[in-house]
Amino acid sequence: MSDQVQTSHAAPKGFIRKYIFSTDHKVIGIQYFFLALVAALIGMLMSLLIRLRLAWPTERWPMLETIFPEGFKDGLMQPEFYLAMVTMHGTIMVFMVLTTAPQSGFGNYFLPIQIGARDMAFPVLNALSFWLTAVSFLVLIAALFVVGGAPLGGWTFYPTLSAIPSAGPGQALGADLWIVSIALFCVASLLGALNFITTTLNMRTSGMTLMRMPLSCWGWFTTAVIALLAFPVLLAGGILLLLDRNVGTGFFIPSGLVVSGKLIEGGGGSTILWQHLFWFFGHPEVYIAILPGMGATSHILATFARKPVFGHKAMVVAMFAIGLLGFFVWGHHMFISGMNPSVAIAFSVLTLVIGVPSAIKTFNWLGTLWGARIRFTTPMLFAIGFVSLFVAGGVTGLVLGQTALDVVFHDTHFVTGHFHLIMGVAAIFGIFAATYYWFPKMFARTMNETLGKLHFVLTFVGVYAIFIPFHVLGIAGHPRRYADSSGYEFLQALDPLHVVITIAAFATAAAQVIFLVNFFWSLFKGKRAEANPWEATTLEWSTPTPVPHENFGEVLPVVHHDPYEYSVPGATKDYVMQTEPNSF
Amino acid sequence: MGRLLAILIWLITAGTAAFFAWSKTKTGWWFPEAISEHAAAMDSQFNLTWAVVAVAFFGAQAALGYAVWKFRSKGNERATYSEGNTRIEIVLVAITGIVFIALAITGQRVWANLHLNQAPPDAVQIEATGQQFNWYFRHPGADGRFGSTSPKLYDDTDNSVGARPGPLGIDPKDPSGKDDIFGQTLVIPINRPINLTLRAKDVTHNFYAPALRLKQDAVPGLKINLHFTATKEGKYEIACAELCGQLHHQMRAYMRVVSQAEFEKWLSENAPK
Ligand code: HEM
Ligand SMILES: [Cu+2]
Ligand SMILES: [Cu+2]
Repeated sequence: MSDQVQTSHAAPKGFIRKYIFSTDHKVIGIQYFFLALVAALIGMLMSLLIRLRLAWPTERWPMLETIFPEGFKDGLMQPEFYLAMVTMHGTIMVFMVLTTAPQSGFGNYFLPIQIGARDMAFPVLNALSFWLTAVSFLVLIAALFVVGGAPLGGWTFYPTLSAIPSAGPGQALGADLWIVSIALFCVASLLGALNFITTTLNMRTSGMTLMRMPLSCWGWFTTAVIALLAFPVLLAGGILLLLDRNVGTGFFIPSGLVVSGKLIEGGGGSTILWQHLFWFFGHPEVYIAILPGMGATSHILATFARKPVFGHKAMVVAMFAIGLLGFFVWGHHMFISGMNPSVAIAFSVLTLVIGVPSAIKTFNWLGTLWGARIRFTTPMLFAIGFVSLFVAGGVTGLVLGQTALDVVFHDTHFVTGHFHLIMGVAAIFGIFAATYYWFPKMFARTMNETLGKLHFVLTFVGVYAIFIPFHVLGIAGHPRRYADSSGYEFLQALDPLHVVITIAAFATAAAQVIFLVNFFWSLFKGKRAEANPWEATTLEWSTPTPVPHENFGEVLPVVHHDPYEYSVPGATKDYVMQTEPNSF
Repeated sequence: MGRLLAILIWLITAGTAAFFAWSKTKTGWWFPEAISEHAAAMDSQFNLTWAVVAVAFFGAQAALGYAVWKFRSKGNERATYSEGNTRIEIVLVAITGIVFIALAITGQRVWANLHLNQAPPDAVQIEATGQQFNWYFRHPGADGRFGSTSPKLYDDTDNSVGARPGPLGIDPKDPSGKDDIFGQTLVIPINRPINLTLRAKDVTHNFYAPALRLKQDAVPGLKINLHFTATKEGKYEIACAELCGQLHHQMRAYMRVVSQAEFEKWLSENAPK
C-alpha cells in the first residue's frame, strides 16, 4: 500500500489539452473505448462481407462493385478480397477491439478510481500508449488500400506465405503495413501494461489491500502481467519477419523455395519458429481478451445478485493460474505443424489442465447466483450471458485440446465456432455488460433499459444461432479460410447451413443498431445519473457523478471493507460501501 | 425478466442439443465416412469426449437457468450472505480435474500410434508435394527408390508422368529417378500401410484427407512422415487445410483406394516409358 503523497493539479484548460492530448486516465479510457467502437463496427461489416460470399459464392453484387471495384470484379467477390476480409476482420477484432476496450478502455477509466488513486502512475506514458494504438489502427486500415492488395495471410500471418512478397496478391506493401501496425500495437500494449502494473501495486489508497480490490481490478492487473510477458515476443517476431521481407535475412525462410516460378535466394530459416513465437504470444492473447471480461462479469454479478462473490480468493487464484498456465499451452495450436509429436502430448495434457481453473470460475459464478436476489438489469443480463457463452465455448476446448482429435478438427470451422464463442462473443458480452454498467458513471447519464433488454435478447439468441452451426460445419470437415466450398463433393450438403448462418449474422448485426441508437441517444438525452444508481459498494460509486477531475475531492477515500459486502446480516442497507466507517 | 431469461437459456440449450442430434441424421452434416485403420479409435475417442462435453454444457446451462429462475429478487428480501464453500469447491475441482486429465491421457493413444510409431518397413512409400495450388504424389517405381530432386530443376511447364525434371525437379541424371511415377491423384492399395512423406515447394500447405481422419502440415524445408492404412476401396477427396494464398480453397485432389492387383496394374500402366 502506498503512503505516497498524491498531489492535486488543476484541471487542464482548452479543448485540445482536455479532450485530445489529455493525460487524464478517464479521457484516455474513453478515447480507447471509442477507438474500439469504430474498430468493432468496421470488423463487423467485414464479417458480413465474409458471410455474403460463404452463403452465395457465385452471386454478383453490382452495388458492392461500385464501392470495391477490384474486390468485386464483375460484381463477383474475388477470393483474395474474401481472404483479406477474413484477415482484417480477425486482426481488427482481436487487437483493436478485444485488447483495447476491456483492458485499455474500461481498465484505464476504472482501475485508478476503484483502487482510490487520482490517475494512472504514468499519465504521459498513458497518453502515449493511446496515441501509438491510434497510429497502429490507422496503419492497419491503410493496409487495406495499398498497391498490391490488402494482406490475406490470416491474423496468424504464417510464413513463408507472409515472408515472401512474391507469394501472390496481398503479400506486398499491405503485408508490411500489417506487421508495422502490429509492432506499434505491441509497443503501446507493453507501455500500457507497465502502467497498469505500477498503478495497481503502488497507488492503492489507504485500506485497499490487494484482497480488497474488486475482481475487475484483478482482471486488469492479471491481464497487464500477461501482456507484459507476451507482447515483447510478438514484437520480436514481427521485427524478424519485417527483416525477412525487406532485407533478406531468412529467419523464417528455409533454403530452396520456389515461389511463383522464382527460386528464393538465401534462406536457412524455419517457418515453424514463427508459429512458436506467434503462439507464445497468441494463446496468452486470448486470455488478455477474456480476463478483463471475467473480472467485470464477477463484479457485475455480485452487484446485481446482491451477494459477495462466491469464493473470492479462489477467483483471484484461478485468474492467476489461468494467466500462468496460459504460457505453457501454446503448442496446442501446432499439433499438426510438424512439431515434435512427443512434445505435443505435454502441451495437450497442460491444455486440459487449464480447463480446471476455468471450471472453477464457472462454479463460482453459479455459486454467486445461488441464494441471490437477482436484479435483472441490462448489465446483469449481459454478465449472465457471458457465463453462458463462456461455458458454451469452453467445453469444446476439451475436444480441440486433445492431440488425436485436433488432427480431425484443426483449421476447420469447428475451431471458428469454438473461438468465436469463448473469445469473440463472450468477450463482447463482457464489453456490453461493462458498457451498460459503467455508462452512468462515465457519461453521467443513464441508458434506456427497455432498449438494452431488447438488444440483449436479440444478440444472445443471435450469436448462438451463428456460432453453434459452425461446429457442425467443422464436424462435417469444412476447412476454414475457404473462399468457396463449392468445389468439394463432401461439402455440398452444407450449403444451406451457410445460408442460415449468414441470415443469422445479418440479423444479429442489425440488432446492434439498437445498441448504437441507445448509446448515442443516452449520451446526449439520457436521464441524468445519480452517483450510485445500482446501489453498489466499490469506490467508483462513492465518488460523485460526473467524476471530478482527479477522481475524488480534497481527500482520498479510505477503505474499510471487502469489495462485495451485499446483504450483510444486521446491516441497515443491503449493501455496505467500501468507504463506510466500520460501525454501520 | 428472470423467468424469461431462464426460459431463453433452457431453450437455447435444448435447441443446441436438438440441432446436433438432427445434424447427425443428415447426410453430409456429420463426419464423412471413415476409411482408415485408426479412424475407429479416433471416432470413439470423439464420442467419449463429446459425451463429457454434453454433460458439462447441459449441466452448467441448466444450473444457470435454474439459478436465474429461482433466485430473482422478491420485494425487499435479502440474499443469503455467503462468501463461498471451500468443501464444495474442492470436490468439484477434483472431479473436473480427474475427468479432464483422464480425457487428455486416453486421447494420446491414437496419437502415439499415429505419430510416435514408425511405419513398418514394408509400407508403400509415397511422397506428397504441395505447391500453390495443387498436389503432386510420387511413387518410387520398380526400384523402390525415389530419384533425387532439386529446386533448381522445378519445371511446371510439363507435368506429364515421364517429364524430367518436371514439376518435382527430378534429376534426369539420377538413375533411381527414371522409373518414378507422379501425378495429381493419390493412388494407394487397400489394407496396406502407406508411408507418406510430405513436402512443400513454396509455402506451408496441409495434407487433409477427411475420410482418413488425417491432417498434417506440409512445411517448406521439412520432410514430414505420416503413415496410415486405408480399409475401403473408393474415390475420396483431399484438401489443403493451411492457408496458402489466394486460391487455397481450390487446392483439391482425389485419392483412389484400389485393390492390390489394381494398384500393381496402375503402377505398370503409368511407369514412364
Ligand atoms: C457478427 C459477429 C461475427 C461474425 C458473423 C464473424 C464471422 C467470422 C467468419 C465467417 C470468419 C471466417 C472464418 C474462417 O473462414 O476462418 C471469422 C474469422 C475470425 N473472426 Fe469473426 N465473426 C464475428 C465476430 C468476431 C469477434 C467479436 C471476434 C473477436 C475475437 C472475431 C474474431 C475472428 C478471428 C480471430 C477470425 C480468424 C481470422 C483468421 O482466420 O485469420 N470475430 N469471423
Ligand atoms: Cu491456445
Ligand atoms: Cu495449400
